[in-house]
Amino acid sequence: MTTRPFSATVRRQDGAVIIDLHGEINGFAETALNQAYTQAEESLPAAVILNFADVSYINSTGIALIVGLMARARKNHRRLAVYGLSEHYVEIFQITRLVDFLNLYPDETSALAETIA
Amino acid sequence: MITRFWKSVTSFARPRQELAREDGRETAPDLRPVEIIDLDLASNDPLVAYLLSVSGVVEVERLNMDSPALKQLKQKQVKLIVPLVSQGELIGMLNLGPRRSEQDYSTDDRRLLSTLATQAAPALRVAQLVQQQQAEARERERIEQELRVARVIQQTLLPKELPKLDGWEIDALWRPARAVSGDFYDFFSFSDGCLGIVIADVTDKGVPAALVMATTRSILRSAAERWDAPGQILYQANNLLYPDIPPNMYVTCMVALLDPASGKLRYANAGHPPAFQRSPQQVVELRARGMPLGLMPDMDYEELEATLAPGDSLFLYSDGLVEAHNTSEDMFGFPHLRQVLTRTGCNEDIVQCFLGELNAFTGPDWEQEDDVTFVTLQRSSQPEQASTPRLLAELSIPSLPGNERQAMQQVADAVEGLGMEPARLERLKTAVAEATMNAMEHGNQYQPDRPVNIRVSAAAGRLCVAISDHGAGQVSTPAGAPDLDAKLQGLQSPRGWGLFLIENMVDELKIVSGESQHTLELYFDLKGES
Repeated sequence: MTTRPFSATVRRQDGAVIIDLHGEINGFAETALNQAYTQAEESLPAAVILNFADVSYINSTGIALIVGLMARARKNHRRLAVYGLSEHYVEIFQITRLVDFLNLYPDETSALAETIA
Repeated sequence: MITRFWKSVTSFARPRQELAREDGRETAPDLRPVEIIDLDLASNDPLVAYLLSVSGVVEVERLNMDSPALKQLKQKQVKLIVPLVSQGELIGMLNLGPRRSEQDYSTDDRRLLSTLATQAAPALRVAQLVQQQQAEARERERIEQELRVARVIQQTLLPKELPKLDGWEIDALWRPARAVSGDFYDFFSFSDGCLGIVIADVTDKGVPAALVMATTRSILRSAAERWDAPGQILYQANNLLYPDIPPNMYVTCMVALLDPASGKLRYANAGHPPAFQRSPQQVVELRARGMPLGLMPDMDYEELEATLAPGDSLFLYSDGLVEAHNTSEDMFGFPHLRQVLTRTGCNEDIVQCFLGELNAFTGPDWEQEDDVTFVTLQRSSQPEQASTPRLLAELSIPSLPGNERQAMQQVADAVEGLGMEPARLERLKTAVAEATMNAMEHGNQYQPDRPVNIRVSAAAGRLCVAISDHGAGQVSTPAGAPDLDAKLQGLQSPRGWGLFLIENMVDELKIVSGESQHTLELYFDLKGES
C-alpha cells in the first residue's frame, strides 16, 4: 500500500484564491494545511476555495483540521467553498453537517462562478 | 344550565320623536328593530319558575316579584314575554317591546305569539341539541387526536428494530386494546454479548397504564445498565417504582438474559404469566417466584436458568392473549396456548401463528378487551451452519500514527470476495480506519508493542470486523452528533468525530469492554450482495 504525504499549493484564479490539496488529510497534514490557508488569506480574499480533487483519504483528524479552517474563515467573515470531493467524502461532509457551513461544488468552474459572482 | 340560553330576542318600536325628520315628515319605519339582550337570568330566579308554570304569553307590567331578570326586562321596556318551553325546560324567551302603533297587544296578537312559541320551542331545542352535539364531536375529535399522538409517542418507546443475532430469529407483536397500552416489550444488549429481554404489563389500560409503562421502561433500562442479573434488575426496578406508582396499580414483568452462543437463558419473573420454552419433545413453563413490581418494597425475585437448544423457541406473552374471550364467553386460556405451541404446524412464525389462532378464536367482530403482546425467540436448528463464522482475516497492526491506512487496506482486501458495493466498501474502509485509530490512540496510547488486533469474519449474511485494543475501563459510547456550531465558535475542540463517523458508516456497532481490552465490532449486512 502506498501512502502519499500531504501537500498544498495556493493560487489565485479569477479573483479568488484556490488551495489545491494533494494526498491524505490526516494528523500529518496539520502544519502544511494551516500554512496554506494562512498564505491564502494574505491577499484578504472574500472567498477561499479548497480543491479536493487530488485527495485520496480524509480521516476524522482531517475532518477536525477542515473544521478548524471553517472556524478561521467564519471569524474573518470569509466564504469557504469546496470542490472535487469524491462521492464518499461528500456523504461524510453531509453526515458531519460540514455542508451546512460551506458550499460544495462539483468542479472548479462552478465553484469560481458561484464564489466570485 | 339555563343561563347559556339567555340571549333573548326582543322587538322594540322606536320612540315617535326619533321617527320625525327635520322637515316634519315621518321617516320610513326602522327595519332594525331586533335587539339581543344579554339577560342575566340565574336558574334560581323566580321568573324562571313562573314562566315554566304559565302557558302562553306573559305581560311584564303585571308581574311583581323580586327578580333581577324581570327588573332588567322592565328597564329595557319589554312588554310581553313569550316563554319557549320544550320538554319542561325553559330554553328561551321571545321578549317584545311596545307595538309600533303604540297600541296594546291584542288578543289575536297574543294567540299568534302563543302559537309561534309552541312551534318555535321544539325547533330551537333541536338547533341547540345539534349545536351541542357538534361541540361534543369537536371535543371527541380533539381527544382522539391527542390519543393518536400519544400512541405514536408510545410506539417510539418500543424497540425500533428487533435484535439480530446469528442463529436466532426474534419477533414481537404489540397490539393495544385502546389507543395506548400498558403492555410493552424491550431488548437491551450487555457488554458480554448477552441479550436482555423484557415483557411487561401494567394493570389497567389506556392513558394511566401508558404513563406507568413509560416510567417502568426507563427504570428497567436504568437497572439493566447497572446489573446483569435478572433477579437483581427486578429487585432494583421494584424499589425504584414502588414509591411513585399510583395506588392500586402494579406491573407484572418478566426479565430474561440470553447468551446467544450457548442458548443459556437466565430469567426472573415479577408476577407475569410464565414464558414457555418449546422444544421438539415438549413444551415447558418457565416459572419463577416474584411479586409484581410496585406493590411492596425489598422483594426478592427467584432467578432460574434454562437452556434453549438448537431448534428450541421461547414464547413470552401478556395476559391479553390467555384472557381473551370468544362470543360464547369462553376464555382462550393456558391449555389452548399450550395446544398451539405443541402443534407441529406452528413452527416457522410463532407470532403470526398465535395471531391467527387468536383471531379465529375471538371471531372477526371481537372488541379487544386487553392489550396483547408477544415476543418470540427461535434458535436455529442448524447452529453450525448459521452461527459458525467464516474467518476472512486476522490482522495485527502496530500502534503507530498513520497505520490505520494499513488496517483499512488489509480489511478491504480480505472482503474482496464478498462483492460489496463500492459505496459500502468505502464506508467499511472509513469505519475500519476510524476504529483502528481509536484503538491505537485511546486504547494503546500509540505504543508500537501494543498492536491493534483485527478479526474479519462473515456469518449468516453479515460481515463482522472486530477491532481490539489493550485498553481498560468503559469506552464512551457515541452520544449523538458532535456540536459543530460550538466547534466553529471555538467553544469545543474541532476533534471528536471518530465514533460518530463509525456509527454512521456501519449497519450495527457493538462496543465490548473487558478488563484488559476493548473491542469495537463493526457489522455490515451482506444481504443482497453476491
